[in-house]
Amino acid sequence: MNKNWKEFFLNWLIKISGYSAIIFVVLIFYFLLREGLPAFSEVGISDLLSTRWYPIEDYFGILPLIGGTIIVTVGAGLFAVPIGLCTAIFISEVSPRWARDILKPMVEALGGIPSVVLGFLGILILTPYIRHLLDLPTGLSALGGSILLGIIALPTIVSVAEDALDSVPRTYRDGALALGATEWQTIWRVTLPAARSGVLTAIMLGIGRAIGETMAVMMVTGNAAVLPVKIDSFFRPVRTMTATIAAEMGEVAKGSTHYHVLFFIGVLLFAISLGINIAASTAMFKQRKRAERILS
Amino acid sequence: MNKNQYIVFALIFVLLSGCIKETESSTEITPINQISTISNIGSDTLVNLALAWAERYHELYPDIEISVTGGGSGTGIAALINSNVDIANASRSIKTEEIQQAEENGVDPMEFIVAKDAIAIIVNLNNPINQLTIQQISDIYSGKIINWSEIGGEDREIVRLSRETNSGTHVFFLDNVIRMGDSDNNTLFSSDTLLLPSSEGITAETRDNPNAIGYDGLGYVTPEVKVIAVAPDSSSPYILPSAESVNSDQYPIARDLYMYTDSQPTGEIAEYINWIMAPEAQAIVTQLGFVPIVKP
Repeated sequence: MNKNWKEFFLNWLIKISGYSAIIFVVLIFYFLLREGLPAFSEVGISDLLSTRWYPIEDYFGILPLIGGTIIVTVGAGLFAVPIGLCTAIFISEVSPRWARDILKPMVEALGGIPSVVLGFLGILILTPYIRHLLDLPTGLSALGGSILLGIIALPTIVSVAEDALDSVPRTYRDGALALGATEWQTIWRVTLPAARSGVLTAIMLGIGRAIGETMAVMMVTGNAAVLPVKIDSFFRPVRTMTATIAAEMGEVAKGSTHYHVLFFIGVLLFAISLGINIAASTAMFKQRKRAERILS
Repeated sequence: MNKNQYIVFALIFVLLSGCIKETESSTEITPINQISTISNIGSDTLVNLALAWAERYHELYPDIEISVTGGGSGTGIAALINSNVDIANASRSIKTEEIQQAEENGVDPMEFIVAKDAIAIIVNLNNPINQLTIQQISDIYSGKIINWSEIGGEDREIVRLSRETNSGTHVFFLDNVIRMGDSDNNTLFSSDTLLLPSSEGITAETRDNPNAIGYDGLGYVTPEVKVIAVAPDSSSPYILPSAESVNSDQYPIARDLYMYTDSQPTGEIAEYINWIMAPEAQAIVTQLGFVPIVKP
């Protein structure tokens, strides 16, 4: 009798904990929407989509902010994805056992560095260096932000991609090598395509991390709300959505228009991150089913 | 199993006994020895000064603790409006909309001028420019002048540095320098002005980048940057900012620093503010590079 009661209670506890994750996400989304949707009625879509962001004079154009986030994230992807993938391939396929045992923890350690520390190093070392190297007016630019975000997203990409590559069954590689393929041909044409969905998951998770990063970009991108439409804009200051919320949320009076617009930006960020995470996990689940099918 | 249970129970007992001890000691403290706290939020321009005052006051009266936080004038006033703070520090005067919001929340802001400050215009040490008129500074920051050669400097693109929009320094600069004190003027900062989150960021970039021009409170200027002499127009003398030139009203970009409370302060808060306006606290003002309201 006692045992059944305990079973029921534990079952119930675990179910609640599992569902609570979903409930929290739904509640957060609801709260963001509740505080962010009044921005539509108070400011109006055409003003929200204008190109000047200067909230203390009621200019609420969020396009420069969205543009800033996109350009910095794309730049971070261009920087982190090739390097991350190559590192993952090196760690899982090429390096000897002893090197792997050193490299993997070090990559994890890179992921543990607080982003604000990286931002600080960025202001002191990276941005003056970029300015000297490329003869820019200032090193505080989307380029600096992208490099820093790339470094921050790198450990995520390497970790997950490396796990995906590792989980490709030995039989694939053995079969390819037995048929006379070289090591590189095996990696590029057999292992990597087999781990395709895991690698895609890794990239999407890394990019999701980059989109949400706040402190590092706030210190390094210059925070100038310019619409980054030309190629040149990559080497000029930009302002991201996350930096805007971080810098301005402290000063807003609760319930003011500025407050609602900031929450609206939060809704956008939340939606983007949620979308990327859902896409990433759908890809991950697809991979498992494929592997199960092939092995069975 | 018995030994493990014993250890677990012992741990729980130790942790719980820690809780019991706390409640016992709090009932023993008599009201006379109770430490009272005054909270102080707001202007980053004032934060070092407020901290110095708080520390000195605590030395004189050890049973009063004063907590000081920055975040910008906008943040401090917003906290006062939401009744979250005892004293709000501000480097700009409270706006009419803020007074309205305060009154809607049942708060009656009371203003005290506690010190004066000069805004210094800073450039890189290698910049050949030594003096500018207010009109020239306004044109630089609004984007009308884009190259140093247009005002007699080298052929370099001007990089404008500023504080974030929640900073009182930013608002003061907008009203008094860019708009030259004209309340009908609608000129804004040029959209590619870099909004840096701290004075340290401005100093670091100006120190390193010969294209940069920035502004900040006199108390934050370090010998690593050059201060520009300013004149109201080209026929007046160019004055460097200092305690003397501000008190004699010669330096054109000077402002009052404020502390706001909710209605007339009483008790410890009133005593603290009275102490601040007295000569001993004003001597600390001079030490930190600001301008005292009374001659100490």
